[in-house]
Amino acid sequence: MDALTQHGDLIAEALGTTLLIAVLSTVGALVIGVLVTVARISPVPVLRGAAFCYVQYFLNVPLLALLLLAVFALPDAGLVMPLTTTVVVVLGLYEGAYVAEAVRSGVNTVAPGEVEAARALGMGFSQVMRKIVVPQALRAVVQPLGNVLIALLMNTALAATVGVVELTSAANRINNVLAQPIAVYASVGVVYMAMALGLGLMASRVEKRVAILR
Amino acid sequence: MSGSRGHELAHLYDHPGPAARRRVLVASVLSVLVLVAVLALALRELGQAGQLDADRWTPLLSADIASYLLVGLRGTLQAAAVVAVLSLPLGVLLAVARTSPHRLVRVPAVVFVELFRTVPVLLLIYVMLFALPSYGINPDVLWKLAIPLVLANSAAIAEIVRAGILSLPRGQTEAGLSLGMRRAQVVRAVVLPQSLRHVTPSLVSQLVSLLKDTSLGYVVAFTELLYRAQVLTSFNRLLIQTYVVVTLMYLVVNGSLSFLAARLRARSDTPVPPPALATTPGAAVVTAPAHEEVRHG
Repeated sequence: MDALTQHGDLIAEALGTTLLIAVLSTVGALVIGVLVTVARISPVPVLRGAAFCYVQYFLNVPLLALLLLAVFALPDAGLVMPLTTTVVVVLGLYEGAYVAEAVRSGVNTVAPGEVEAARALGMGFSQVMRKIVVPQALRAVVQPLGNVLIALLMNTALAATVGVVELTSAANRINNVLAQPIAVYASVGVVYMAMALGLGLMASRVEKRVAILR
Repeated sequence: MSGSRGHELAHLYDHPGPAARRRVLVASVLSVLVLVAVLALALRELGQAGQLDADRWTPLLSADIASYLLVGLRGTLQAAAVVAVLSLPLGVLLAVARTSPHRLVRVPAVVFVELFRTVPVLLLIYVMLFALPSYGINPDVLWKLAIPLVLANSAAIAEIVRAGILSLPRGQTEAGLSLGMRRAQVVRAVVLPQSLRHVTPSLVSQLVSLLKDTSLGYVVAFTELLYRAQVLTSFNRLLIQTYVVVTLMYLVVNGSLSFLAARLRARSDTPVPPPALATTPGAAVVTAPAHEEVRHG
């Protein structure tokens, strides 16, 4: 273990990168997910179709393939971004589809009567969405969203395969120097578990606070 | 998803009158314009870089390269089959263990599931690649990919099946026990058949995420689709074209599985007709709500 503390700087920096990627792509995924859900249930057929295609594409194509496409292939078309930015964008787009799936199952829990009541009051589609549907849908899916965010955290590890020095790749580097694989990988695994546990606990607390009692 | 009134959430808006139809039309035209503009921008960008030239795409249609990629696809399917066949029974076993009343059975299952649900698969693969060989454990490359995936996916499947078990009314187990069945019998004959049928759509969705996970064969150099694509690009330098084709191949295979899952889900959402000779009304009908869950890879 004390051998690990010699590499404290690298670990702290790598943990920071993991957290940075996770937080930024979480924000992106949540925004994208809600917007895509709204498009998916909108009265405009074109938007519904586009949102459907978006979700199906990202749900069915491996994240690793998308990362390789964005990091190694797109520069050929003149689209060059910093490495970490690319990972954040790809991860945000990818997990956005999962957020959209989760939020959509929350929309199903909003009682039709509420929407009809809102319309009877004269609200338009965007008002119904903003004030009635989205707030309740989000409250209903706190736990599934927590699971999506845990999966997002796990998926930040894939950044290691395209050369970002985040926690998993740092574990590899340290192991190359120390040659104590079990200790190194186990302690990094514990860090991931702690973060996932924290997310899980946070989801439960948020759920308790915002749950709608029916 | 087509048709303006036919879809499932049509109650979200009124049947459109003339004004609303006009607004929808305007919004449709605007969104088509925006989508076309984005697409045109992307295509122009690609075209200016010469990526749309026919001679950069036609090589991928040649028989050699198609069969090269198809061999990769076969590897993907093979790995996915191995992982699915192993992790399904393991996941069911873990779910049953986790719902057991005996602590000695329950606690190991909880530890296993929570451990492999919250550690990245890539980290497990690195353990297989770099840690175990120095202890003399050096399995075949297929197993270096399959073992981590089995661990992670059996934990995920265990959670799906557990949700199915928990959504079953408690009376089912109690009725079985009061008939004098042993607990193992109740699980086998009463609980599992119902809950597994219940979660079949989610299990098929998990199959999609499992198949996506096999793309980690890229890391262990197992011959699957993404690895072959990467090898191919190092020869033909057609990175964009190869990876686009490969994502479309994944889309076709997984899209069919997702379609199947959606069909199964739609079917399980339609109410079960009561059996003709039910002596206790409603007892034989599964009343628990369909458990919709978002699964992941």
